[in-house]
Amino acid sequence: MTTGIGAPVKRKEDKRFTTGKGRYTDDVRNDNQAYAAFVRSPHAHARVKGIDTSAALDMEGVIDVLNGQQLTGDGIGNIICGWAITSKDGSPMNMGAWSALATEKVRYVGDAVAVVIAETQALARIAAEAVMVDYEELPVAASVAAAMAADAPQIHDNAPANQIYDWELGDEAATDAGLASAAHITTLDITNNRLSPNPMEPRSAVAKYDDAEEHYTLYTTSQNPHVARLVLSAFYQVAPENKLRVIAPDVGGGFGAKIYIYPEEITCLWASMKTNRSVKWTSDRSEAFLTDAHGRDHVTTAKMGFDADGKIVGFKIDTLANLGAYMSLFSSSVPTYLYAPLLSGQYDIQNIYCNVKAIYTNTTPVDAYRGAGRPEATYLVERMMETAARELGLDPAELRRRNFIQSFPHQTPVLMAYDAGDFPKILELAQESADVAGFPARKAEAASRGKLRGIGYSTFIEACGLAPSKAAGSLGAGVGLWESAEVRVNPVGSIEILTGSHSHGQGHETTFAQIAADRFGIPVESVSIVHGDTDKVQFGMGTYGSRSGPVGMSAVVKAMDKVEAKVKKIAAHALEASEDDIVIEGGQVKVAGTDKAMAWHEVGLAAYIAHNLPDGMEPGLKETAFFDPVNFSFPSGAFICEVEVDPDTGITRIVQFTAADDFGNIINPMIVEGQVHGGVTQGIGQAMLEQVIYDAEGQLLTGSYMDYTMPRAADVPFYHVQHHVTPSPNNPLGVKGCGEAGAIGSPPAVINAITDAIGTNDLAMPATPQAVWRALQAVKSPIAAE
Amino acid sequence: MTKVNMNVNGKAVSGDVPDETLLSQFLRENLRLTGTHIGCDTSQCGACVVHVNGKAVKSCTALAVSLDGAEVTTIEGIAKGELHPMQVAFNDNHGLQCGFCTPGMIMSGIDMVNRYKAEGKDLHSDAIRAELEGNICRCTGYHNIVKSIADAAAKM
Repeated sequence: MTTGIGAPVKRKEDKRFTTGKGRYTDDVRNDNQAYAAFVRSPHAHARVKGIDTSAALDMEGVIDVLNGQQLTGDGIGNIICGWAITSKDGSPMNMGAWSALATEKVRYVGDAVAVVIAETQALARIAAEAVMVDYEELPVAASVAAAMAADAPQIHDNAPANQIYDWELGDEAATDAGLASAAHITTLDITNNRLSPNPMEPRSAVAKYDDAEEHYTLYTTSQNPHVARLVLSAFYQVAPENKLRVIAPDVGGGFGAKIYIYPEEITCLWASMKTNRSVKWTSDRSEAFLTDAHGRDHVTTAKMGFDADGKIVGFKIDTLANLGAYMSLFSSSVPTYLYAPLLSGQYDIQNIYCNVKAIYTNTTPVDAYRGAGRPEATYLVERMMETAARELGLDPAELRRRNFIQSFPHQTPVLMAYDAGDFPKILELAQESADVAGFPARKAEAASRGKLRGIGYSTFIEACGLAPSKAAGSLGAGVGLWESAEVRVNPVGSIEILTGSHSHGQGHETTFAQIAADRFGIPVESVSIVHGDTDKVQFGMGTYGSRSGPVGMSAVVKAMDKVEAKVKKIAAHALEASEDDIVIEGGQVKVAGTDKAMAWHEVGLAAYIAHNLPDGMEPGLKETAFFDPVNFSFPSGAFICEVEVDPDTGITRIVQFTAADDFGNIINPMIVEGQVHGGVTQGIGQAMLEQVIYDAEGQLLTGSYMDYTMPRAADVPFYHVQHHVTPSPNNPLGVKGCGEAGAIGSPPAVINAITDAIGTNDLAMPATPQAVWRALQAVKSPIAAE
Repeated sequence: MTKVNMNVNGKAVSGDVPDETLLSQFLRENLRLTGTHIGCDTSQCGACVVHVNGKAVKSCTALAVSLDGAEVTTIEGIAKGELHPMQVAFNDNHGLQCGFCTPGMIMSGIDMVNRYKAEGKDLHSDAIRAELEGNICRCTGYHNIVKSIADAAAKM
């Protein structure tokens, strides 16, 4: 079968995108459309003393100017973080109030204070400039160091010393004892650079209020429209759930930035009710840099101890996490439960202790970005392993091998129960594919051209398929993390699959169709996927954390199980056979070992005609299922990067990149490899190009593509992608998820390669030509102490 | 307001627009040709690339009123009965994921193939990567975009 599981089926959704017929949120234009523009704070920290809207209101075409006092006065609730983290002393996290439109204070540059609704977008923006806000500027803490200083300004009244929580995981005493016994200790100070996710489609919202029905419709750039509806309704009291339809149509990339419910969606919905107009807001790119949740931004000190054989005996980590000015929806979980449980990596480590302090700063809120916590853990562990290997004089692959977990299941000391994997095999696969044996010759050849060639490894594990609801709940999650599906077989045998997963580039319209085509032996063209509309799909938790395969598809499989059971009953009755003898093959529903059969569509028709069904059977052929996994899934991989550095300029080229991954079973290798290409490229961006920079006053210095450098085509190579499969035992398809691995595994491979090339470990991300050149100068001509 | 006349995708169109209207806005808002996308404010991303009088132009850099009489082709106008080989190649080679940068990539791809063919030059993969300096994709890592354009170049 060429369209079933494992086939590189070309994407069904491509035609509309390649012909310009994709329908993104900004493409929606309702009758009587009005436009919103936000009045945003130019100060990182200030008291709002007054807002004068008169000049804006006097402009022709301005419909209204609304502010935070009106918003809260109408009972719109504060934006919340949905994952409660408890500090090590037992106290709850200190969540400061965040109103969609600021009332008393602004806390970062870009914080919204008012919104103008006008007849055109251009007019709304001009009028927003005319709104006069009287600010009393306050001292600014634009970095974690500034926010933790003794004289730091307090950003939220209920967060003393700007601390949100002081959290720990692991056994500190045992880890200290392990380190005390070590023959060698490697210490690293690591910064995980702050990034802006930058999906190419800017965020957008189109809200429409129907005053006769008291009903709202919101088109929005969301990875999880049902979660948006739940939060908008239950927490922000914008509208009751049954009076709010959320549609996430075609969405142009997410990478985490489109998980959260932002002030703009809340404000557009509310403003559409206030003005009785459809209200549309579309971010421009500079507004996106200011307001889309950022990612990463950790400062970490860590110690790893080794015994005389190079076995790890203890790993102790202290991390400071910058969460920005407000706690975004999942922000608290990223530097805690999505980070520390991955600090065992692929290694058998008995003693791990991690302490994380989360800090408010006068910067844009920070939340999950592709990988979310796992890239931070992986960067730390894999930089540590490479550094230790160099200090111990061991081959970095050999040090990793000595510490690999060899058998499963494996319980780490940091919560995770790894279920399957073959780490030595994946490393071997990567080494063969990368021709590591030939590296010395390549290095010598590069040297003959005056280039420094280096090689770097990253062997990593991640946790995907968020997550068992009960376990997540016990760790503080405010929601369950299952997924739902509905499989509708039509009377003609074609199928619609309704899923709570959301595709914003992942190709679900193809891969989800493949699993149904495979199961029932029908053409993939006969299966349509419906997603992204709360009026059509009953519920869903959406797409993030590489969960659409392991959780979303599993729900589809569960619903297909029920469809198959009913099909067998109908066919057995019609064919006068035993249900146990019915098999579904090649579009036929057959009695095994006989020539008695019904075509697949004949069974569909029989279910709806209902003239000849077993006694007591309900007509129709439609089943639903909710799937709640029993564990995370654990994709793992081995990445090997080779670079060449020009010592005169610091310009560094990635000349070879090999990614060997274990994603479990693969539904569509073409799409999986595309996810690896994209993920690795984002990781290379983090390692070599990208950095959000604020000045000491909290002004964003990297606010456009002129200042924030993302990888372009000439910055990256063709990739070598390899797969080794150990199926996940915890979902029916044996899949593990593939969306984030590339971004998680690649940054340390790149930095390990560059530091290998230049002969110094003192290099932070992003390794720009200037940074690499400076590092090289320090090696070449050590500066005297005076 | 200034009246502007153009030929867009083979059809004569006109509109009264404020002088500051960008070609991208004219296409999206006046003509409702929403396949041309806006991904940045600084002419860096290339999601808005169209062809003006046969050459690739970032439609966010051109004022509509400056293009009176121009022939404009957008992503909606390149399939003539059947899909353009570049559109087919992007599907064949998985050259797109979220699809947002895709119209600009396809329009830039067609333009570079046409230019290299006219000059009799080989459009090898390094040249494709260099030519794509004005188009950003955040999803694909460019691997399959480069393959798509190379594939189409062989068929155009």
